[in-house]
Parts: sequence; structure tokens; C-alpha cells
Amino acid sequence: MYEAMVTARRYEERLQEEYLEGKQPAFDISAGPIPGELHLAAGHEASGAGVCQHLRDDDTVTAPHRPHHIAVAKGVDLKRMTAEIFGRETGLSKGKGGHMHLFDPDVNFACSGIIAEGCPPAVGAGLAAKKRNTDSVAVAFLGEGAIDQGAFLESLNLAAVQDLPVVFVVEDNDWAISMPKDRVTDVENGARRADGFDMPGTRVDADDAVAVYEAAREAIGRARDRNGPSLLEVQVHRRMGHFMGDPQAYRSDEDKAAAQQRDSIDRLESDLRAHGVDDETIDELRSSAKERVEEAIEWAKEQPEPEPADAHEDVFTNPPSGVTDGEPNVAKTETGGDD
Amino acid sequence: MAQQEKDPAKERQTDRSLTMSRAMVEAIAHEMRADDDVFYMGEDVADYGGIFDSTEGLLEEFGHDRIMDVPISETAYIGAAVGAAQAGMRPIAELMFVDFFGVGMDQIYNQMAKNTYMSGGSVSVPMVLTAAVGGTYNDAAQHSQTLYGTFAHLPGMKVVVPSTAYDAKGLMHNAIRDDDPVVYMFHKRLMGIGWLPAPDGPKTPVPEDEYTIPFGSADVKREGSDVTVVTLGLHVHRALEAADELADDGIDVEVVDLRTLVPLDTDTVRDSVAKTGRLVVVDEDYRSFGVTGEIVAQVAEAEDGLADLEAVERVAVPDVPLPYARPMENEVVPDAEDITDAVRAARGDE
Repeated sequence: MYEAMVTARRYEERLQEEYLEGKQPAFDISAGPIPGELHLAAGHEASGAGVCQHLRDDDTVTAPHRPHHIAVAKGVDLKRMTAEIFGRETGLSKGKGGHMHLFDPDVNFACSGIIAEGCPPAVGAGLAAKKRNTDSVAVAFLGEGAIDQGAFLESLNLAAVQDLPVVFVVEDNDWAISMPKDRVTDVENGARRADGFDMPGTRVDADDAVAVYEAAREAIGRARDRNGPSLLEVQVHRRMGHFMGDPQAYRSDEDKAAAQQRDSIDRLESDLRAHGVDDETIDELRSSAKERVEEAIEWAKEQPEPEPADAHEDVFTNPPSGVTDGEPNVAKTETGGDD
Repeated sequence: MAQQEKDPAKERQTDRSLTMSRAMVEAIAHEMRADDDVFYMGEDVADYGGIFDSTEGLLEEFGHDRIMDVPISETAYIGAAVGAAQAGMRPIAELMFVDFFGVGMDQIYNQMAKNTYMSGGSVSVPMVLTAAVGGTYNDAAQHSQTLYGTFAHLPGMKVVVPSTAYDAKGLMHNAIRDDDPVVYMFHKRLMGIGWLPAPDGPKTPVPEDEYTIPFGSADVKREGSDVTVVTLGLHVHRALEAADELADDGIDVEVVDLRTLVPLDTDTVRDSVAKTGRLVVVDEDYRSFGVTGEIVAQVAEAEDGLADLEAVERVAVPDVPLPYARPMENEVVPDAEDITDAVRAARGDE
């Protein structure tokens, strides 16, 4: 768990460095080696690591637009994820998805860039598990800003009424871009949303990865034992802006400083030391995480960019004749499809 | 349909240039001062000032009661705007990225757009739905669409797409005063945001006084005699760039900026095509079932329309979701070179 957390943190530190290259001094979002928006999750590591420790490759995870720490914890291929973020041909999605839209079917991981919209597909994965009579489970991660969305509330209800093996994990970092939590909800404890659907709801405060681990063990165990869905809310902190380049003018210096001070990684490290883990072991874990991250970034940077014409591929799994050559909806008689 | 009123403010002299976002905000502030029933709600519109600067500075003057940050719940707040509008207020609701329309689309196309009709005209829905559109900064398929065609296709909504600060202000005044629902689609790349540099074109002189630009009045942004390029939004500027380049080769391109899709000024388009005989339609939306096909059809359906048309070319995003990586996004989003090629093809040069 500690390894997953330090890997995620190191990974994002390196992504940040790479992302900012070429975008400075006047921040231009479309310049530099990593294109598009980048939402970093520093301060969120406890939830990804604490939950995913209980998951197998055949368990499904859906993540939101801030996905890296969850992907790392779920075992998404780090090299191909990095190549995707750099927009390279060998990326998880061949450069089509980018950092908010990571798909790794080998470990049943998917993302959506639109908040709460990963919840219904997680319910669907739970439904498939029930219909096929397997003991796999599905976990939908979302931010606390997403718990007012219909997709989330409808998913809780459907999962509950069908007794599906789904765990909803709300990462509460107190902010939805610039909107503080208290301005968009009157419910301080988001886990209470579960009450309305007659399912268990638990909140873990204080960035405590061990407490997350314990609470997730119960929720995921309950799902795996076919006792229905649960909701788990985890207090995390947003140490950065909503996205890279966010000036955070809406946020007080005190709040920014507080988010820096309460760190789940430091906390877990203290716990480990208190339980007799020595410096050498901790250093080893940190340096192997660094090495792995560096390897992934170096590999990704060496990968080729996609060809422009690749843009026309993959619209369909079974493309109608003529669709893949950039002349959509025009059936061509002279060229056949793939089959 | 087309309103051929003279645009009264256009001739006014002003040395003051604004970015498109400042011009939009100026119109909103003016309407809010004039009418207490006007208010603005959306995600990150208050303290942040709009992710794309669409409400920058309004909070300071009007406070949180009238510049409202709302929970991330498009169904609820866009639907609430419908309800408030039906109760006689004049809400402006912001859909942060047009791509998020799916989250609240029922309220948009089954309520906002249809209630006037379904009530037999007894209910009005005087609201504005603003939305950021467009790609060109590698944000992938859930954050980069324009979807002009989707909104113009569904009846009951007026659809506005400004390309300059001058137009943005005049059209916004109109949008807020209109008794019908108006979808006001602004291209992120035109707004003049620090982190998303705009081309030179959209920053224009803007009079300080209020003025309106009638809906359904396309603007000829460049006069020419050889080929008509019909377009909107960001691609007005790309078409103008292409026209400049073609002028070096003696090709005289007319650029028509539609400015609104509903109502659509087909007269200006047809008049231009009657003059040039060649039509190139350029759109950042998907090619099939969209703006390009509609414009061609409208021209062809005119009296003598087919006789006027010597050549037609369409330049649009092929029917693929917007890809993330630069080489692929550049491939699908039309640029000035694509427009140049299309103009040459319409002339039979290649």
C-alpha cells in the first residue's frame, strides 16, 4: 500500500515537471510535451491504495478525471499509461484518450472525463458479475463534487435494488474546482447519501490509509460475498490546483497550506515506523518507486507519435465498409472492410 | 427568416478593443444592471469567474445571489433555469463544456426547447444557455466538440455562435432580451484566456454603449468574387487566413460568418453564391448530418440555386470523436490549409 502511494506521488511529480516543460513562462495549455489538461491527484493517494489493495485484476474500477493514483494502485500498465499521457502510439489508447480517458482492459480499469459518469458502468460491471455468477466486484471512484449528479444517485439506487457487488468510493478533497464543499451541499458527511438507498455508508477522516484499508476490506468483502453495494467516503486533500495552470485565486492561503500539511503518505510512514519498519526498507520502497516511474517516463518519451491517419481508426469495432478511410457514412464498393 | 436590418452600431467609431470574453461580460453586466430578473448560474462562474472567463469580474459587482455557483448537477440547474424563466425571470445558465450536454440534455431539449410549443405558445422560456465549444488544445473527445449541429437540429432553441468581440457583445444583448431560449456557444480559442492564446482576429473594437445584432444576420467578414466560404466561430478566422493566402495567388474569396444557426440567414449565403458560383462550407462540427450539409441543401433548394452552383466543397471534422494526440487532432480539425485546398478544388485548380 505504501509502495502504491509513493509510486503515485512520484509519478505525478514527474508528470508535473514534464507537463510544465514548454508551457512556461506564459502558461499555454496546448504547448509542451504533454498536451491538453492535466489533473493531478497529490493528496488523494490513500483512497486509491487503501481500496485497490483488496481488488483483483478481474474486479472492475472506474475512475474520474483525476485517475493516476487509482490506476497505479489497480495495476494499470505504467509504461503504456505514460505513453498515453504523452500522446504516443503505444499508449493504452493509442493516443486517442489522454490522461482523463485511460482504458486498461487487462486489469478492468476505465476512466471518464465527465464526473459521476463512471458510476453507471461500474453498476453494469456488477450486474455482469451477478448474472455470470462470479465473485468479482466493481468499484466506482468519484469526487465529492460529483455526489450531486443524477448519475451517482441513480447508480446507488440501481445497485441497491439489484443487490449488486458495487462499492462507490467518494474522494472528498473539499473542492469541486473553485466551489468549496459547503457551498454545494448541506451534507457534511457524504456517506450519509447511502442512507437514502438503504445501503451501508462509511466515512474515513484524516487521510488515514490504514483506516481506508480496513473500511474498504469490509465494503469489498460485503460485495464479494454478494451482500450488496456500499458507499465509502474518504477524506483526502487537494494539494494542487484543480488542473495544472489553475491559479487558485479562489482559495485561501490557509486552505492551501492546510492541504499540504495533512499528508496520507507521511502519516502512513509514521505508522510503519511505529510498527518497526526500518529506514532501509522505507528507502528501498521509495527508490524502487522512483526507478519504476523514471523507467516508464523514459520509455514513453521514446515512443513514436501516432500517424495523423490513425485518427480515423477505432470509431467502430466492426467498421462498416468505407468508414475507416475518412469518408464517413459513404459505403464504398471498391474497398471492403476488415472482414 | 433573414432579418436584413442595418446593424446600427457597426459604423460607430471606437478605439477600444476587447477580447471576446470581456465583450460578452460587458453585455451581461449591462443587462443585469438594467433588469433585476437577469441572473447567471453555473459551475465555477462566481469566485473563479468562469473557467473560460465567461463571467470574469461579475461577482464583485453583483454578489453570489446573482452570480451563482451551483452544485455539479446540470439536470437540476439547467432545469431550474427553465423553471425560473417560465416564472418570468431571465436566467443565464452555463454549461461549462458543451460536451457535458448529455448530463442535462433532457432539460435542454425536452423542456427548455419544447415548452413554448407544447404549451401552444402560452409559456415562454426567456433564458440563455451558454456553453464553451471547440478543440485545438488536445483535450480529447469529452472536452473538445463543437456540436453546433446537434443544437441547431433540435427545434425550439435559437443558436448563436459569435466569432469576434464586437459580435459577441451585440449578440449577447440580444440573447438576454430574447423571449425564447437561446443557446450561446462560444469557442474557447476565441475568448482571449491567458492559458489558451487566441488568434489575432477575435479581439476587435467594441463600443462601450449597448447595441444589438439581429439574429439571422450573417456577416460578410471579407468580400470576394471567386469563391464563397461559409463558416462560423473559430473557423471564420481560419477562413480569413486562407483567404489572405489565396489572395496572393489572385483568388478572391468571400468569407460569410453565419453568426447564428437558428435563425439561419440563407439569403446572405445565397446572394454570395449567386455572385461567386462556388461554395465551400467550413465547420468544426462533425461532417455528417450537420451544418455543412444543411448550408449546401439550403443553397441548392433556392430558386435557381442549382443553376448558381458551379462547385461545392465541404470541410468539417470527419465522423470520428476528437482524438487526444496532436498529430491526430490536427488531422481532423480543419485548418487554413484544408480551407485553401477546398477553395482550390472548388475552382477546379487541382
